Amino acid sequence: MRFEVIVALRFLREGRFQTWLTLAGVAVGVGVIVFLSALISGLQERLIENTLGSQPHVVVRPVDEAARRMVEDGADTVVAKVEKAAQRPRTIPDWPLNLARIERVPGIVATSPIAAGAAFAVKGDVSKAVALRGVDPARFDRIVDVTGRLTAGTFRLEGSDAVLGEGLARDLGLGVGDKVRLLTEGGRADVFLVGGVFDLGAKDLNERWVLVSIRNAQTLLNLQEGITSIEARVDAIFEAERRAADIVDRTGLEADTWMQINRQLLVGLKSQIASAVMIQFFGVLAVALGIASVLVVSVVQKSREIGILKAIGTSTGKTMTVFVLQGAILGLAGSALGCLLGAVLAILFRNLALAPDGSPVFPVDLHWTRFVAASVVATAVGIAAAVAPARRAAKLDPAEVIRYG
Amino acid sequence: MAEPNEIGASGFVAPGDPDGPILRLRGVRKSFGTHVVTEVLHGIDLDVHAGEFVALVGPSGAGKSTVLNLVGLLDRPSAGRIWLDGTDTSTLDDAGLTRFRGEKIGFVFQFHHLLPAFTCLENVMMPLLVHRGRPDAEMRDRARDLLVRVGLRDKQDARASDLSGGQQQRVAVARALAMRPPLVLADEPTGNLDTHAADQVFDLLREFNREYRGAFVIVTHDARLAGRCDRIVEIVDGAIRGDSRASM
Ligand SMILES: Nc1ncnc2c1ncn2[C@@H]1O[C@H](COP(=O)(O)OP(=O)(O)OP(=O)(O)O)[C@@H](O)[C@H]1O
Ligand SMILES: [Mg+2]
Repeated sequence: MRFEVIVALRFLREGRFQTWLTLAGVAVGVGVIVFLSALISGLQERLIENTLGSQPHVVVRPVDEAARRMVEDGADTVVAKVEKAAQRPRTIPDWPLNLARIERVPGIVATSPIAAGAAFAVKGDVSKAVALRGVDPARFDRIVDVTGRLTAGTFRLEGSDAVLGEGLARDLGLGVGDKVRLLTEGGRADVFLVGGVFDLGAKDLNERWVLVSIRNAQTLLNLQEGITSIEARVDAIFEAERRAADIVDRTGLEADTWMQINRQLLVGLKSQIASAVMIQFFGVLAVALGIASVLVVSVVQKSREIGILKAIGTSTGKTMTVFVLQGAILGLAGSALGCLLGAVLAILFRNLALAPDGSPVFPVDLHWTRFVAASVVATAVGIAAAVAPARRAAKLDPAEVIRYG
Repeated sequence: MAEPNEIGASGFVAPGDPDGPILRLRGVRKSFGTHVVTEVLHGIDLDVHAGEFVALVGPSGAGKSTVLNLVGLLDRPSAGRIWLDGTDTSTLDDAGLTRFRGEKIGFVFQFHHLLPAFTCLENVMMPLLVHRGRPDAEMRDRARDLLVRVGLRDKQDARASDLSGGQQQRVAVARALAMRPPLVLADEPTGNLDTHAADQVFDLLREFNREYRGAFVIVTHDARLAGRCDRIVEIVDGAIRGDSRASM
């Protein structure tokens, strides 16, 4: 191998301008791949985090066409539908059993039973329609990180504690320690103590959600021991549909996923992934064409040298290796430069625009695997691109070359 | 012309037979072309023994280079057999021919054909590097010794392309001898050189031939230099016309 390495390196060095141009081409290709895919996946992560940060991945409900429609129509109609439909929301039959079944579905990492319904929050003579949600704080935190998003107080729901969104707190002029009266359609009412205020980053939730203990919600909503839904978190978000199907199989209940609830987001994510794949494909293609074309030219330019090397006993295999190595070296060195370029671009870009709180507007995801993957691909592509020119070199007839000097 | 037939008309040479010829051609023919086939060599018989210094002469187009390319295993004959150091080369596959070329043959071409990207020392080392199997220091020493012998001690780190024609041809001679091949082939090695440089190169070849008794076959148009060889083989129109020994 030493002979091949020496000759390959020397041929590249001889190429000078050609070699540098190719290296620059590979570097730009790899740099763009690294930078754009870091940016796209950073933005995507941010988007997913913002959306799914305040949403369960899967919501399991009792089978009920009306209820199903309510979910799809959005929170605004919940109140109206409930008014028309029944005195109390439908509940999940034998929910402890179904909860246990859901927990056993592979890929489900957290579950939280919810007792939810419509209510009014009243402070003085101001009254607001709210979504009353009875939850177990420890479990619910694993679905939506309320504790991490508190702006005041604590997320504890003991006795008559209530935790609500900052929009609602502002509308009603409430703060931690204040009292608020919750009133349901059935005329049931109770007074709660505001124990915490959260900001989930979604206006709608901040203005509507009131979290109380499951027990209190069941009483106010006249659910007896029942719960209205079970929310779950999965290990891989894009597997949510499959997990939901498993849940339906095992429980006979209905299950909606974040993907159905956020169709727009999903379309957006999918087209981002598609564009990232396109960018990578064309980047790799550019790298391959660059390396292949420079080596094709090099084989022609070096045909005399190749002929001489063969005449003094260099085998076909070694001749091929000399050129394949050149492809590998161009790919590897080019991607090293490209990784540097991509990282610099990404960091510049991230620091270019900062949100008021100092966090970047364009987050980038510069995980080391991104660099390794780009380099491995570029090197492999360099080798593959070198095979055809290397074959041509290996086929050169030394007698021909020597005769025509 | 009597000698080639003394060792048996079958042409068989025992491998490694110290008295056998290093090179033997029997009925070697070569044709070129696919549609219009022209025969260039019409049955060449020739034996060359170790230590012989042979001039191959003849008019332009007679087939001298063709003979040398066949003997140098750069090409295969259309008919006939070539034995090299006791091995029938028609039994070798391409890889075997390549290996033989590296081990048994040293080439000096008319247009010196050095590798311009490499230094003189590297050019001389190249056959050793291709062949492997020797420690670095030994290869380097051998290449350096050869450069000293051809009078280019201070040019070893110069790039081959920076040398004069005569100097380049001397590097090519050193390279041809790096593996100490039993057979050295030179196709008009002095063709592009002035008389002085030509003499230098010729003297070197002659010196090495006397020293380690390799067989040398040299194509030349220079009657003066041919006259200084042990033996002159003349090719005309693809056949051997004369084979004479210099009386020493
Ligand atoms: N590859 C080839 N294809 C076709 N014809 C060839 C080929 N090689 C040689 N010839 C022909 O064979 C004949 C002998 O050529 P060769 O090169 O052996 O002559 P030469 O004796 O070396 O001549 P010179 O002294 O001019 O070098 C010429 O007519 C040449 O045109
Ligand atoms: Mg010739």
